[in-house]
Amino acid sequence: MKIAMTVNGKSVSREVSDNTLLVEYIRDHLRLTGTHVGCDTSQCGACVVHVDGQATKSCTMLAASAEGLAVTTVEGLAKSKDDLHPMQVAFKENHGLQCGFCTPGMIMTATDMVTRYHTQGKELTEDAIRVHLEGNICRCTGYHNIVKSIADGASKMTTV
Amino acid sequence: MSEGIGARVLRKEDKRFITGKGRYTDDIVEDNQAYAAFVRSPHAHARIVSIDTTAAMKMEGVETVLNGAQLTGDGIGNIICGWAVASKDGSPMNMGAWSALATEKVRYVGDAVAIVVADTKSLAKLAAEAVVVTYEELPVVVGSLQALAGGAPQLHENAPGNLIFDWEIGDLAPTDAALAAAAHVTEMDITNNRLAPNPMEPRSAIATFNDAEDHYTLYTTSQNPHVARLVLSAFYNVAPEHKLRVIAPDVGGGFGSKIYIYPEEIACLWAAMKSGRSVKWTSDRTEAFLTDAHGRDHVSTAKIGFDGDGMIVGLKVNTKANLGAYMSLFSSAVPTYLYGTLLSGQYNIANIYCDVQAVYTNTVPVDAYRGAGRPEACYVIERIMETAAREMGVDPAELRAKNFVTSFPHQTPVIMAYDSGDFATNQKQAQKAADVAGFRARKAEALGRGKLRGLGYSNYIEACGIAPSAAVGSLGAGVGLWESAEVRVNPVGTIEILTGSHSHGQGHETTFAQIVAERFDLPTENIKIVHGDTDKVQFGMGTYGSRSGAVGMSAIVKAMDKVEAKVKKIAAHVLEAGEDDIVIEGGAVKVAGTDKQMLWHEVGLAAYTAHNIPDGMEPGLKETAFYDPTNFTFPAGCYICEVEVDPDTGVTEVVQFVASDDFGTIINPMIVEGQVHGGIAQGIGQAMLENVVYDDAGQQLSASYMDYTMPRADDLPNYSVHHASTTCPGNPLGMKGCGEAGAIGSPPAVINAITDAIGNNNLSMPATPAAVWTALQAASIKLAAE
Repeated sequence: MKIAMTVNGKSVSREVSDNTLLVEYIRDHLRLTGTHVGCDTSQCGACVVHVDGQATKSCTMLAASAEGLAVTTVEGLAKSKDDLHPMQVAFKENHGLQCGFCTPGMIMTATDMVTRYHTQGKELTEDAIRVHLEGNICRCTGYHNIVKSIADGASKMTTV
Repeated sequence: MSEGIGARVLRKEDKRFITGKGRYTDDIVEDNQAYAAFVRSPHAHARIVSIDTTAAMKMEGVETVLNGAQLTGDGIGNIICGWAVASKDGSPMNMGAWSALATEKVRYVGDAVAIVVADTKSLAKLAAEAVVVTYEELPVVVGSLQALAGGAPQLHENAPGNLIFDWEIGDLAPTDAALAAAAHVTEMDITNNRLAPNPMEPRSAIATFNDAEDHYTLYTTSQNPHVARLVLSAFYNVAPEHKLRVIAPDVGGGFGSKIYIYPEEIACLWAAMKSGRSVKWTSDRTEAFLTDAHGRDHVSTAKIGFDGDGMIVGLKVNTKANLGAYMSLFSSAVPTYLYGTLLSGQYNIANIYCDVQAVYTNTVPVDAYRGAGRPEACYVIERIMETAAREMGVDPAELRAKNFVTSFPHQTPVIMAYDSGDFATNQKQAQKAADVAGFRARKAEALGRGKLRGLGYSNYIEACGIAPSAAVGSLGAGVGLWESAEVRVNPVGTIEILTGSHSHGQGHETTFAQIVAERFDLPTENIKIVHGDTDKVQFGMGTYGSRSGAVGMSAIVKAMDKVEAKVKKIAAHVLEAGEDDIVIEGGAVKVAGTDKQMLWHEVGLAAYTAHNIPDGMEPGLKETAFYDPTNFTFPAGCYICEVEVDPDTGVTEVVQFVASDDFGTIINPMIVEGQVHGGIAQGIGQAMLENVVYDDAGQQLSASYMDYTMPRADDLPNYSVHHASTTCPGNPLGMKGCGEAGAIGSPPAVINAITDAIGNNNLSMPATPAAVWTALQAASIKLAAE
């Protein structure tokens, strides 16, 4: 079947088999390999992208279900190629990554979390960050610096 | 120099990871690439009666299906363990044959039987399911005690009673005599639970065979690509080394599990040659649980004796180590030379004896996982010290402190010679940071809220910087454990460092650049670290055992010594000065005390133009070095954990975790702290959450993230991390290593804290709410009965 959607601001259309997962479409068809696969059970969050602005595990959605929707991957998060999103800057400045494999999913989850809290006018506390990270697993950092990164990224996103 | 040793330099490698431009093995696509899937045994122990590939071969898009008979028929060698450990009686270890694809028998669930190569990943998986293997099931044994019992099912013909070796260290008779004469003896049964390492990037491999060149290329998720090439070449007969290139690009964590050369890489290389296609395989997570080497799985009894003054007089330990169905690459070293040798802990102990029975069972092979043997040793000594203190009614910190080794070098009775340390200062610093003085008040306050608060110590020591080649050779290692480096100063003055160490999260691209920046007073921006490719870096032993700083960086220092000497010779020649008067600073090479100087890049250019260099000097500015350490290094520290237990549910929260470590010289505190955080998280995971569970039939019940409890953000606290360093005298930078400390030191601190809270020393890992609640009930019943 042929599907069409917007990915990182560009219209794309490809012929895919019906059972193609969104993550396979992103990685194998569009060759955007920043989105990762770390498990088979929708637990690890390495594959999180934004679908119409909402953090979504792309291993749990068929590519066909994203027909007509806007998908953002970590490659499309910054405003331009030469730019970094404030959350990306925060992860670097707070040493929020080591091996880097979970990082794109963490950043996509983090930006969604911050946007939701900002929209609702709620304070994103450390406890809230930890609770909202339950769908993202990191094996390197012990989360300490990821939590710090997200708190810092949240304030950077407010001031931008 | 703002970017030199000790600076919190932000990581040079981060940009590609935060923008999705990392390049991991599965991200790579080769021309004419096909996909592999493995037919795996659903039984823990069975004889293979027949393999019928007819239906699978008929499927459109299936390239080939290959089995173990074909593999061994092509001369591919068995997988070996590279460290020979002898038994007490001098007999060699009983290593059973392990073929990358099983031939006659399968010995664990997940054992590979055949490889299917097809056009797509999903087709390969479907075709693997269409391969019909007929098995004759055999009786199964999964626990080490059961496997050693009479009448247990036998895994390998050449390992009677499933015994791989019965090893010992220390002196039995004096230890028994010391314990017999002791004023107080504490005895404990101590189990170290089996863990799955779980780097977030699953293992992956892409093998390509170029028949015109008779040459193989393997992209693989490896911590040590050169060791992989060596073993694939010398032992598995895949190809001679000059016809095999191994590349480990960005690797998403390892923790030990990516040291080993697994059946899948061997089979992919061989299948690439057989099929003429590039063959790619990427593990899914359940496959990782079923095939990545597990860690720990020790069952021990320990006995420690004290004199009337609380001084330790002897320690005796027996351990049964479950090595799984086959001997993985370094499996034999983990429960022996990386374990028994660390049982002296931070203490002066005159008499130690330990014996270890290593056992085959119908489970995934067990090998090094972050800490590798040292967490098991630390857990034994730190659990029993805490318990002994409670039994004798003395303060556990004071009991430790009065037994500390205080003068160095210190020869333990179990091989290791500690070179430096200051255990008391680290303990005091941790106590201050943890406000131990205020604990009583916090405990009372918690009780007011209905919570039981406990505090536990762990004073760990480990042996890192693995290791002097001659020393490990005499202990059975099949390889030398040096490291190599090459320093290339380019004609424009920029520098490339080629290292045999491998970074898979440790930040070498930053820290290795920092030591070069420090030495030549240059910005890290001008320095590039090259690693992970056997065609670029000539050789190397890779990254594990917290060795990349103490050994890998030392090799770079040695190569820089040679570069510096040549730079000074060239500058002295050009500037018409004495070599001894030349100094390197501020991006220039100067004659001290004068205004005569060459800019750094002018020296580089002079070396390559070679128009004006000293007579007889070779052009160019590139030096290599091999560094072989003179001793292990001994990172040590004190960890203090505080927990609150809900007595109604057993739910336990780590409310404070303090670490004070002695890592020797620290290159980048930001990165070192990150290593400690991650290690502690894995240690808390082991203590409270993680456990590989098998049923009696050898089926793994914990083979997904729905079943195996990975630590998540809301399971863990923030960590309070401190340092009190002594310089390591054994290497030029004075470094000890920091990668494994957190995972080694933290489990006993957590369990000591929980047992303190609930008043029952008898608690096993993982301390799940059910386990804590049950232990608490047992303590309450005992209290009531008294």
